[in-house]
Order: sequence, then C-alpha cells, then structure tokens
Amino acid sequence: MSKLINIYRLRQIPAWVLKQGSLLSLTILTLFPLYFMFINALKKREDFLKNSLGLPQSIELQNFLKILQHPNLGLWFRNSIILTLGSVLLCTAIAILAAYAFAQMDFRGKETLFNLITPLMVIPPIVMVIPMFVLFRQLRLVNNLGGPLVIYAGLMLPFTIYLLRNFFVTIPREIKEAALMDGCSGFQVLTKIYLPLSRPALVTSIIVNAVWVWNELLIALVFLQTEELRTLIVGITTSLQKRFTLDVPSLMAGLTIATIPMIVMYIIGQNALVRGLTAGYEK
Amino acid sequence: MINKISLKKLIPYFYLAPALGMILLVFVYPVIDLIWRSFFKVTDGRPIFTGFIAYQNALRDPIFWVSFWNNIRLFLSVPILVVLSLIFSNLIFERIRGWQIYRSIVFIPYVLAIPVVGIVFSYILQANGVFNTILRSIGLNAWAREWLGSPSTAIWAIMFVIIWKELGFGIVLFLARLSSISEDLFDAAKLDGANWWQQLFYITVPQMSTVIEFYIIVNMITMLSWVFAYILVMTKGGPGNSTWVLEYFIYQKAFPYSQMQIASSAAVLLLLFASVLMLLQARLRRQVEVMGV
Repeated sequence: MSKLINIYRLRQIPAWVLKQGSLLSLTILTLFPLYFMFINALKKREDFLKNSLGLPQSIELQNFLKILQHPNLGLWFRNSIILTLGSVLLCTAIAILAAYAFAQMDFRGKETLFNLITPLMVIPPIVMVIPMFVLFRQLRLVNNLGGPLVIYAGLMLPFTIYLLRNFFVTIPREIKEAALMDGCSGFQVLTKIYLPLSRPALVTSIIVNAVWVWNELLIALVFLQTEELRTLIVGITTSLQKRFTLDVPSLMAGLTIATIPMIVMYIIGQNALVRGLTAGYEK
Repeated sequence: MINKISLKKLIPYFYLAPALGMILLVFVYPVIDLIWRSFFKVTDGRPIFTGFIAYQNALRDPIFWVSFWNNIRLFLSVPILVVLSLIFSNLIFERIRGWQIYRSIVFIPYVLAIPVVGIVFSYILQANGVFNTILRSIGLNAWAREWLGSPSTAIWAIMFVIIWKELGFGIVLFLARLSSISEDLFDAAKLDGANWWQQLFYITVPQMSTVIEFYIIVNMITMLSWVFAYILVMTKGGPGNSTWVLEYFIYQKAFPYSQMQIASSAAVLLLLFASVLMLLQARLRRQVEVMGV
C-alpha cells in the first residue's frame, strides 16, 4: 500500500513542477515590465545603454530629482487629482440616487430604462469625443478642467448605476418599509440605511472609476491642450516622452512616479476591487 | 389628496433626473449629433445635406480598411485570452502553493495606465532592446528585429502588449466563477479518473459557459473600442499606416486633418459595429436563460 502511494506521489511531481513552472513564468512575465521601468529609473544613462537588463552599478536618484523639478509636474498632479476626485464624486452621487430608484422604487418604464442604460457601457469613447468637442468649443469648455470632469462622470455612470443597483436590490425592502414607518423620509432611508450597508459596492465602484480616470488618455488629450492643463499621465507620456527620448532613465523615473499612486491604491483596495469587478459573474 | 398621490408617483423621477440629464448630455446628444454630422456638411454656418457621400469617402479610403482589418486581427487575441485565463485560473484555483501571491500579482497590470505600459514595452521591444538581447542570447539571432518598427510584426507586438494588460482580469473573473462551482462535481470527476485536462474540458468549461461568453464579448468590445491609447503611445499608427485601427482613423480624421464629416461617418460605422456585438451579447444571454443554464 505504502509503495503504491509513493508511486502515486512520484507521478504527481512532474505535474506539480509544470503547474508551478507555468505560474512562475506568468509572474515573471507580468512583473518584468515593472522591474524594467523601476530598475532603469535608478541608472545612469551610460549604465542603461550598456546594460538595460541587470541591476544598476550605482543607485542614481538624479533621474527622479530631474522629473520632480519639472516646472509643470505639480500642476499635472493637481489636475489629475481634481479630475479624479471631482468626476468620481459627481458620478457616485448621481449614480446612488438613480440606483436607489431602480432598486427600491416602482415606476412605469423602470425595466426598459435600466435595460437602455446598461448597454451604454460599451459605446466607444471616440464616438462621443467629436460631438462633445464641437459643443464644448462653443461653450468655451475646451482647456477647462470642468469639461473632461463632466464627460468622465457621464461615461462612468452606466457602469456605476449597474453595479450599485445590483447591490441595492439585495437589501430587503422590509428594512426600508420599517424605517419609513418609524418616520424616516425616503431620502433618509437612503443615506442612513442603504449607504452604510453598501460600503463594499461603493468602495469597488470608486476604486474602479478612479483608476480609469487617473489613467485615461484620449479625452484628456483632446480636451486639455495646454501644457499647464495636462493630466499627470498625459504630461508624462506625451511631453516627457518627447523631451527624454535620449534620456530613457529619466523617462522611466517619470513613469514610475505616475504609477506609484495606482500601485498604492491597488495594495490598499485589492480585495474590494476584485470582489466588485467580478460580482454577479459567479454564475 | 390626489395631488399628493400624483406627486408621490413623481418621486422616482426626481431621483433619476440627474442621471438621465447626464446621460442625455454625454451619450444621447453626441450620438444624434454624430449621425446628423455624417449626413450634413456645414459651410458658412449653413448645413447642406450630402447624403451618403461622407460614408462613401470613408469606405473608399484604403486606410479605413487597413484600420478595420487591424481591429479584426486584434480579435485573434480573444481566444488566446480565454484559453490562458482558463488554464491559469484553474491552476490558481487548485490552491497550489503560493496561489494567493499569484492571484495578487496577475491582476497588477489592470491598474497600470496603458500609456505607461506602452512606453515601457516600446523600449523592451526595440531593435537593441531587452527582448532581442534575450533572443540573441538563446541563439535565436534570426528572430531579433524591431518588433514595433516592422509593418509585418507591429500589430502583433501591440496585440501581445494588450494580452499582457488584459489577462489578469480574465483570470480573476474566472476564479470568481470557479469558486461557486459545486465541489461534488470535481470530486465525482476525480473518482471517475478524469485527468486535469479532461476535468477542465468536460466539467469546468461547460459550467463556466456564461462567464466565458461574457468575457469573450467584453474583450471583443475592448479590441474594437479601447485600443486607441496603445496605438498612440507605441506606434502612432506606423510604420506607414500599418497599425491604424478604427479609433485611430476617426481621431486622425477629426483632429489633425479636420475632416469632421469623414470622421463622423466612420464613427457611426464603428458604433454600428459595436452595437452588433451588444445585440449578440443580449441574444446569447437570453438563449442561456431560456436553456436554464
């Protein structure tokens, strides 16, 4: 019997090695570009040209200083923060109200309206850019942070309403009715009962949306055309890419700086992010 | 009393009003304006009906078709993504040693900005870049080339980067579904002597049909509507026009070239294309519901 088990174990080893091997390869492949970016941000130019794969000969923080001293970096950072916070707050507030109506109220056309809103998620953003650009030029909202802020909030609405509504419907209506009997207004039911109960869904939608706005390129590029109004991602990837074509380590330092906020966000919000993105697809 | 009741009936619409207003501004108005713009040419502030001329111009432009076929080529990444996500999600799901670390790492690319990823990869893939260094060091000298700079390889190199960025979402999505499949099914399969691949194809895949279908549609939409940033950062459509995609075609016509009418008609065509995928998804979903899967 014990011999049998041993043979069984032996036969298992190659499979285990194969499985660990493929997962390790995937991990290396996933982390390699990040390694490449970070390690080269610490090198001297000559060091990079000779050896872009290995560890730096000496750690060089000069590249980071060069980027941090860029006159517009502070402005770009500020623009990204304003756009991300502003559009996510606006979108979340509007979506909460709509999702509450869809989940917990009865009215004519409810299903139809909801079924019309959710597919809007897949409309290509480039389709909206031309008409919005023409309109915003007339309204003098081009080169104004308010323009893209509103567009971002609008583009994120269908997904956010969908996510929050699907969470709100899981809260029993009896809770709402009991609270109404106790003299709460409908709006108080929303703020005092639904919102605290929906924290996981709210956190997820906020993280997903914030990551999207922070990283967005097309709309930021079209609607914010002056150097001072660039977002951090656009500033670093367009202005710095041109300026530091020959100074790759400095460019990599810039990319690292632009990426750090997202990595921090991921470390903090990883579970909420994964849970929310995959909610509803367990079937 | 009657007033109060009818007022009460209006309450849901008050809650919906801000969302509907926003959707009208950001989705409904642009789509209507775009369709109008594709049929009317505005000269000196006066619109002139041009019929389908703008569409004909777009469809006769060889670069439109180059762009279209590049989007179709990118669709090839969808089966690759599905197969890789299936294999890796199942490996992680077995709770193989270190599975939590693997799960955290594979999802990292999801939070990275496409422009950042694109620039880093363009240095990795250049003529004297790391990728070619590795190829040369293992004796594949003949394979080394300027991956993003050769018309024959550029779109495939971009596709590789897209797969790198999108794979994590598939793995995590499939993991969520796997965790809700009844353990009994796997136990029964093991008792019957099913090997790893048999278990994957005969037990897991049928159980996951809905989520796989969802992932396929999501990815097709991504390849059609969300690849602009990769192209702009990595190749700017080049070398020549070899990596233009429909989004890039519309962007180039609208902004640098100011051919708004051609851009609008191409955008309407892209919208139709995306709508077909949307309807396909709705229909598949309904079929799945009818079949009770």
